[in-house]
Amino acid sequence: MSDARDANSSAAGSPANNTGQAELPPLLGLDGGDAPFADCVLSSRVRLARNLVGFNFVNRSSPEQLADVVHRVQSARLGGGGSGFDGGVRWVNVQTTAPVDRLMLFERNLISRPFVEATHPRCVAISSDETTSVMVNEEDHLRLQMLAPGLQLRALSARMFALDSSIERSLEYAFHPRYGYLTACTTNVGTGIRVSAMLHLPALHMVQELERVQRAAKELHLAIRGFHGEGTESLGDFFQISNQTTLGRSEHDIVEQFAGSILPQFVEYERAARRAIMERDLAALDDRVFRALGVLRSCRLLALDEAIKFLARVRLGVALGRITDVPLSLVNRLLLEVQPAHLARASNGELGNGRDDRAARARLVREAVRG
Amino acid sequence: MQHHCDRCNNPAVVHETLVHDGKKSEVHLCAEHAAEGGYILPTQGGPTLIVGKLLEKAAAAASAPQRAVKCCPSCGMTMAALRESGLVGCALCYRQFEEELSGLIQRTQEGATAHVGRHPAHAAELIDRAAVRNRLSRDLREAVSREDYERAARLRDELLALGEPTSDSAAEEASSESSSGGGRHA
Repeated sequence: MSDARDANSSAAGSPANNTGQAELPPLLGLDGGDAPFADCVLSSRVRLARNLVGFNFVNRSSPEQLADVVHRVQSARLGGGGSGFDGGVRWVNVQTTAPVDRLMLFERNLISRPFVEATHPRCVAISSDETTSVMVNEEDHLRLQMLAPGLQLRALSARMFALDSSIERSLEYAFHPRYGYLTACTTNVGTGIRVSAMLHLPALHMVQELERVQRAAKELHLAIRGFHGEGTESLGDFFQISNQTTLGRSEHDIVEQFAGSILPQFVEYERAARRAIMERDLAALDDRVFRALGVLRSCRLLALDEAIKFLARVRLGVALGRITDVPLSLVNRLLLEVQPAHLARASNGELGNGRDDRAARARLVREAVRG
Repeated sequence: MQHHCDRCNNPAVVHETLVHDGKKSEVHLCAEHAAEGGYILPTQGGPTLIVGKLLEKAAAAASAPQRAVKCCPSCGMTMAALRESGLVGCALCYRQFEEELSGLIQRTQEGATAHVGRHPAHAAELIDRAAVRNRLSRDLREAVSREDYERAARLRDELLALGEPTSDSAAEEASSESSSGGGRHA
């Protein structure tokens, strides 16, 4: 069973070892196949915050200095050692790129919302498989990020540390012996690591246990957010859970506790709720998921929040084996493609100002899931 | 809704909402942990307004206008600007505002005060020296408390031989780091 791959294998190499890069475990499900814990985890992500020696942080830098940082990072060697950029790097100048493309990068979780909206010199390096991105001049000079379907935090973090070590060979990081890696916000200081997973918890919502989940997250000092990160609602019962503190525990401990203990407990809680619902009222569950599939197969106008709501219900049906003619990878792909910039790029390439894209969204989904 | 203290199960009497760069977080503390965290509680009655330690300092600074506002020599950041934006301006700020930031870091990092984990290769020597000094300082305090002055004198000499003052550990290391790694002037 694929779950065991992340749960039982330890993180490759010692994260505290700056040179340990051997035998990085493979990332699974990138081709749309099965990823560990995919029934309950949409994706997992690791990010590191880093700043360069010799420059003020982004919030106290002039545009010229920020352009200098961009130039410095673009001149550095990002690949090597099994890190995410071994297959090549694509640089996107986010300052000059079209708004629709900026938003598309955000929808693909390659850049953050503030990075879309900023106006200062900034860029992003993206790996060919889109698992890895490095934002230059976000809140910190460097935000290194790795993303994969399902729960694969150990494999991701092993790659991340290889990338970090590789970059460090050509760029000097700001570091303090007591406070560790120095960051613009003190919430990131120390390791600078944030590990997160996008959980799909529809059954816990159905059995009205979400409040307990939120309470548990708070007690475990975790941040819990909605579909698109900070300040967004839990559309489609998707919740992003991440560590809140970055100082005082090693990266290894943070990843191990999160991936090896905390997340499997959330997943097991959701799975138990799913089993209970299937035993208690299978007909009601089937009605909910097949009705959603019916809407997606028949709709002519589909708003974004509706699309996510019904796709999420279909996702539950697929994960439980009730819906068998729609693959999970298709649902995951559609969750991306129904978003505004993706939709705009797929049609005429423009982002409409208040343009009604419901018909285009309905057509896309209808054709993709038709029986 | 009754909040419990973030650090123990007692009822919270301090409720603070912090916003840093648009990120909202809440602090709930009981009287004991609030006092530990530097909050000043109203002695009796009155509104439940809680005045933080930092605000008290700011008021004291305002009543002594002859005192210049502390400013980071590298990026020009002041503590007031830092508090308003929730962002540190450069690596040197961590040394310049060490006293003010240490409390803030401790609060945002749930009591943690020191980094554990990866480090850049260039920092290895700094970390080693800081670790040795931490150990010697700890042993020195123990020796003094046991009134073993002979051992204390030897440990003090070892600390002095490291070329750093005997007072604090990593804080002083920051000066050597930040002077080479601080921000760049505009």
